Amino acid sequence: MSFHPNDVSRRARTAGGLLVGAFAILIGAFFRTQVVRNEQYALQSEENRLREVPLPAPRGIIYDREKRVIAENLPGYTVSLLSPTPDSLRAALRRLSGTIQLTNDQIEGAVRRFRRDPNRPAVILPDADFQVVSVLEEHRTEYPGLIIQSAPKRYYPDGPVVASFVGYTGEITESDLNSRKYEGYKPGQQVGKEGIEKQYEEVLRGKEGSRFVEVDARGRVVREAGAREDLAPEAADPLYTNIDLDLQRHAASLFGDSLRGGAIALEPRTGEVLALYSSPSYDPNRFIGGIPAAYWKELNTDPRRPLYNKVIKGRYPPASTWKLATSALAMQAGVVSLDDRMPVPCTGGYMYGRYWRCWDKRGHGNVTLRQAIEKSCDVYFYQLGLKLGLSRMLAGGISLKMNERTGIDLPNEQRPLYPASEAYFNEKYGERGWVAGSTVLNLSIGQGENSQTVANMARFYTALATDGHAARPEIVRRNPERVRLFKLSDAQMAGLRTAMKGVVSSAGTANSARIEGVVLAGKTGTAQNSENPNVDHAWFVGFAPADNPTIVVAVFIEFGEHGYVAAQVASKIISRYLKRETVLPPTTEGD
Amino acid sequence: MRRTALADLPLIALALALSVFGVAMVYSAGQTDAPTAVARLYRSQMLWVVVAIFGAYVVSRASVRLVEWAALPSYMLTILLLIVTLVAGSGAGTAASSKSWLTIGGVRIGQPAELAKITVVLMLARVLAARREPPKSLLDLWQPALIVGIPWLLIMAQPDLGTGIVFVGIFFAMLFWSGVSWRLLLLVASPAVSMVLAFNTRLWGAWFCLLLALVWTYKPYLLEGIIIVCLNVMMGVVAPIVWERLAPYQQKRLLVFIDPTIDARASGYHVIQSQVAIGSGGWLGKGFTEGTQKRLGYLPEQHTDFIFAVVGEELGFIGVTLALTLFLGLFLRTVRVAARANDSYSSMVAFGLAASWLVHVFENVGMTLNLAPITGIPLPFFSYGGSFMLASWLAVGMLVRISAEGRGRAAALAV
Repeated sequence: MSFHPNDVSRRARTAGGLLVGAFAILIGAFFRTQVVRNEQYALQSEENRLREVPLPAPRGIIYDREKRVIAENLPGYTVSLLSPTPDSLRAALRRLSGTIQLTNDQIEGAVRRFRRDPNRPAVILPDADFQVVSVLEEHRTEYPGLIIQSAPKRYYPDGPVVASFVGYTGEITESDLNSRKYEGYKPGQQVGKEGIEKQYEEVLRGKEGSRFVEVDARGRVVREAGAREDLAPEAADPLYTNIDLDLQRHAASLFGDSLRGGAIALEPRTGEVLALYSSPSYDPNRFIGGIPAAYWKELNTDPRRPLYNKVIKGRYPPASTWKLATSALAMQAGVVSLDDRMPVPCTGGYMYGRYWRCWDKRGHGNVTLRQAIEKSCDVYFYQLGLKLGLSRMLAGGISLKMNERTGIDLPNEQRPLYPASEAYFNEKYGERGWVAGSTVLNLSIGQGENSQTVANMARFYTALATDGHAARPEIVRRNPERVRLFKLSDAQMAGLRTAMKGVVSSAGTANSARIEGVVLAGKTGTAQNSENPNVDHAWFVGFAPADNPTIVVAVFIEFGEHGYVAAQVASKIISRYLKRETVLPPTTEGD
Repeated sequence: MRRTALADLPLIALALALSVFGVAMVYSAGQTDAPTAVARLYRSQMLWVVVAIFGAYVVSRASVRLVEWAALPSYMLTILLLIVTLVAGSGAGTAASSKSWLTIGGVRIGQPAELAKITVVLMLARVLAARREPPKSLLDLWQPALIVGIPWLLIMAQPDLGTGIVFVGIFFAMLFWSGVSWRLLLLVASPAVSMVLAFNTRLWGAWFCLLLALVWTYKPYLLEGIIIVCLNVMMGVVAPIVWERLAPYQQKRLLVFIDPTIDARASGYHVIQSQVAIGSGGWLGKGFTEGTQKRLGYLPEQHTDFIFAVVGEELGFIGVTLALTLFLGLFLRTVRVAARANDSYSSMVAFGLAASWLVHVFENVGMTLNLAPITGIPLPFFSYGGSFMLASWLAVGMLVRISAEGRGRAAALAV
């Protein structure tokens, strides 16, 4: 070693300089990490130790038009677990099932929710009853990741009565979580599954709050509260509907347990849905916190299909209720007026290639359109259909929106079926496989290739009840939307309504002594069905008061046999709404 | 006569301050929400500090000549112990599969590698101090290389990369202090640099050109020049092949060093949690004993390898700067002791001890910030562990002696 003092002190200076430089770099590195990037790491450290426990927000309360409650929230509890890995979650759940009963499905469900969002407490019981909660509270210390959270739970005071339009809520599914529509939703959250709960999910959904608990590296909850300030959940605004709860209850009671079908009541000018009921119904309250498997199976195997909304999903031949469509189209085309007669009088049937029967084999004689509507004479409408011609019949149906959804604010509305043009038949049967004449004969009386929803027939009748404009049915108060279906003069409109009123004079004569009745205008229908050829479906679509309608009602009863069964239900609905006795025109129903 | 202190008081004060700081951090490391055995360790650490200081006092009584005399036997003993360890050693803690502990009848006696750090310094100092001129060629370096190389190979075979790096650091630092030209040092280091750069052809190319220029200007013996160049070429080509042969866990460790997010839950986890702990400390930290990363068990090995992360989290940038400044002070003071030593041997020993500490500090502190690979090497005066605390203070005692002799006050230290 060269140990000359000069050499040594030179090297000492070099070494000192290198040391100071190296430490300066090291301190600089700490400065970068601790001061420059402090925010980022502080956040990471918070994420490490804090677990967000969601505080579910109450869904918006749903009111009827008189601010009566349709859907509200009751206090409930959810039970969830925080764990670092799926395995530890499983182990904790196994231990937990020693204290409370847990089914395999519940365990798998919790694991699935955990995998979806491991930082969120995995929900085990979405709706725990108070007994379970108190048992768990006693054993709290044994389950370090256990979180018991009060959570509002949906309740429908009228249960099955309102299910047809209000729907129900349930836990968001795996596939919904993947869809763009439910962006920002977390596993275990409740969402609207049917009805307006689903349709207005965005409005009804509150803003979830958060509580922060501190967990250690092994996922044990170290501090329950105060780790960071809570974010209070925000309840959603209430939702006001056009439903008249009193009318809805009445409609439901009219169907009772025996009748199956559906009814819808509309305000003709605005399209406000006053009542919408599909029978049989189901109890949406039993769906909250997970549908019991037995109930779900019962609903799905019931041949009366309680989950199938017969007002907006069911499609049925409109039968004689359609004759008003044929009339309106023919009058609009100028091929007929209310007082015109057809060449061949009704003798109980009509020869066109083969013998086409009228529903009344006694015949109606030589009738005018007005009388034909009143008596529902098929022979008259066969000839009117031929006069109108197939292309105008098809194009007319399209212009009456008979192949469009009504646009009612409910999910999964079915589109009614109506052929748009002759091409439809060519495609289906081949160009020589069908005859224009018999096709138009069938269509003219509402049979054939024509399937309408109850809601769409009601919408069509709002046009008849007013001025040819149909209103879009609205359950929730929105801006009414009307669209012109056909154009007839005021006199023609009044004439049609008069014809639908039937024998007006009977109102004055028969009932004036007892009560000043309101006259109901409308049309019955009896539709054949393939399910049971011997028992027909019953229709009634109508409105009241006939001169200045304030309510349109469409009633459809599966296997109702006679149109008047539906008419009676409709009449009672209308009476209840108008709070006056209505007089059913003594029309016997058409075929 | 100017009155001078009996002992090197600044040196002792710095070492004492670091020890007190360290014990405080070991105490804090035990303060977790879920209590563990670590909570009680600060007491035994305090005891070890007392024992270590006493040891330092004893060593400071011994003349440097005695130390010099003992260098060769103790070096030979160290080599023997290292061989025994390799044959019948055992692992401990996280490195259970390695053989770094000398075990007799199932009782862990100690880590001979710790002893080696001191004896290699003593032996290397003897060899280098004995030379009139510093080594000027590669051939000249055979003796120092052998002295460091044998224990280095034995330790790398354990395997213990962290301690191995300490020996490399001691080797280069002491050569530098003995007056070896920095260009020769660079030539010696060049194959290793080539190996690291082999993964990027362009960088390696640039380095190779630089090397050629260096060889040209330094003008080593022709043969040596050729050997150096050949070695560099070989490393540039061989390194990728060696990489293929590394065990996956070894590859992983190296990769995690480059990017800790690769496998956050396994190998990278420690480093990420350590960085989060330090980074979340900010200017002033979360407060003594209040670090959440540590409290909630996110920080691994918080009382040993990652104790500096606790400093960063709880005392913030200010605390880190204070600790590092204390270390810098200790090193500068040691360099001063080395520069003013009475004789070349003492000077070499003093510088070698400082170099050993320095590598520890940079490796350990760098690891907490992901600037150095995870090697499980302790931080002097901070990490929990009795034998390392004792070794550190014995070194302090030696330095105090050298300092005193350098100032002509050795007699005053004598009994």
